[in-house]
Amino acid sequence: MSLLTVEELDVRHGLLQAVRQVSFEIAEGEAFALVGANGAGKTTLLRSIAGAHRLTGGRIVFGGRDITSLPAYKRVKAGIALVPEGRRLFPNLSVEENLRVAGAARRSGRWTVDAVLEAFPLLQPLRRKRAASLSGGEQQATAIGRALMTNPRLLLLDEVSLGLAPIVVEGVYRSLATLIEAGTTVLLVEQDLARAMSVADRVVCMLEGRIVLEGLRGELTREQVTAAYFGLDRREATA
Amino acid sequence: MTWVSVVIHGMLLGGVYALLASGLSLMFGVMRIINLAHGSLALVGAYMALLLTEHLHISTYLSLAVVLPGALIVGYLLQRTMLERSLRAGQLVPLLTTFGLLIVIANLLQRFFSPDVHSLDAGRIGPASWQVSSSLTIGWFDVLTFGLAFAVLGGLQVVLKYTQLGRELRATAEDPDTAELVGVNARAVYARATAIAVATAALAGVFYGIRSGFDPNAGANELLYAFEAVVIGGIGSLWGTLGGGIVLGVAQSVGAQINTEYFALAGHVVFLVVLVLRSMRQAGALRLLRGKVA
Repeated sequence: MSLLTVEELDVRHGLLQAVRQVSFEIAEGEAFALVGANGAGKTTLLRSIAGAHRLTGGRIVFGGRDITSLPAYKRVKAGIALVPEGRRLFPNLSVEENLRVAGAARRSGRWTVDAVLEAFPLLQPLRRKRAASLSGGEQQATAIGRALMTNPRLLLLDEVSLGLAPIVVEGVYRSLATLIEAGTTVLLVEQDLARAMSVADRVVCMLEGRIVLEGLRGELTREQVTAAYFGLDRREATA
Repeated sequence: MTWVSVVIHGMLLGGVYALLASGLSLMFGVMRIINLAHGSLALVGAYMALLLTEHLHISTYLSLAVVLPGALIVGYLLQRTMLERSLRAGQLVPLLTTFGLLIVIANLLQRFFSPDVHSLDAGRIGPASWQVSSSLTIGWFDVLTFGLAFAVLGGLQVVLKYTQLGRELRATAEDPDTAELVGVNARAVYARATAIAVATAALAGVFYGIRSGFDPNAGANELLYAFEAVVIGGIGSLWGTLGGGIVLGVAQSVGAQINTEYFALAGHVVFLVVLVLRSMRQAGALRLLRGKVA
């Protein structure tokens, strides 16, 4: 049974239609990557699933329950957690406080402050530091830890490698791989194709608000995804 | 010895300002909502206590058992119905809404209670005082007010720093969208915080009403002193507000000792000096903040 079902989703930012008729399913335990160029609608789609954007049309079913009209904070309780683009920590709260804020809505599960600090040892000595004083990599670890504190059934990750040094990205992806191995269902938005294809079971490519390519990791070649990424197929078809 | 007495009375007067400023400090300093009706809501608390004591013949202090829960409800509804909507339109809109509320409250109070000056019964503690020396007498009621300000501000500080509500409140104040995304019901958190703020306002209003007479327009004047206490003490710091209240009270008291006409003036001058110094120092920090918003 699928954990998340998105049916014919439409989302607008004012006059701009950012997501058009998007449908897909994610199975429990799956690692799902959403790739695409800037402005393809990936972030909007992710934020709509988390409840931060109102839909113009379509339906979202999570764990067999229609959550389309559920506010964001209730979706967290239902088991959806988002690691937002740009990390968006609470700058004047300490690392531990950032984690504890999210801990209020937690479902029962293995993630506690101690478990997060154990999973991200670099945060251990920083737990009383203000989030604003951390480096980019430390902030990203805190942001992922904060999302984990809610013990999500589905973890949404938006551009976790953006603005980080390659070596730091390496570390973030290593911990991500551990999470995926442990059975966490992950929906990952990523601009870096190679990264996305290294951890995901399934890759979906968006272009101008639509899904243009979808397939299992083994089935897709880099060239196919690249063509879909830039919309090359379509141009050939019209030529 | 006179000057010692002047300073001590100034500090106790500061307790009165700090008590009224405590809820304001929570809303203005932490939640970034400028509530111009704060003083008027305090006044409503005083008038409600007046009603209860006159009609039920109970002591003023006992009336708090009704006034405070009532104020919690009023605060919660105020946030959910008025402030929440205003906030959505920008940070300056609550300024207009609460200014309107201030006028409405003043007019309603005038309509129902007449423009006369009323006062609340101080009970047995009212005239009791402690004769320290020939020139220094300390009233028990003033000490009680000061202690209450200390307890309320300390309590708020503890709630803010160590409880889940406090963490959620600070997180929501910094980034309401993200707070929702980590499972915080931001609107309910703000409503609960406003409820607490209005309850402290009502408490302060009742104590103000015992200390001195009040009329339907007393809200605005008291609000000014409370705002000054918050700003002098540092926006966002609840302990600072207690310090701010004391500085203001001492300044007024010392000013009045030099010449009775300088009472209000001395307080305002200290406030202005602090404001100028602080804005000079914060100019850098403000630029950073603007950059982040943009």
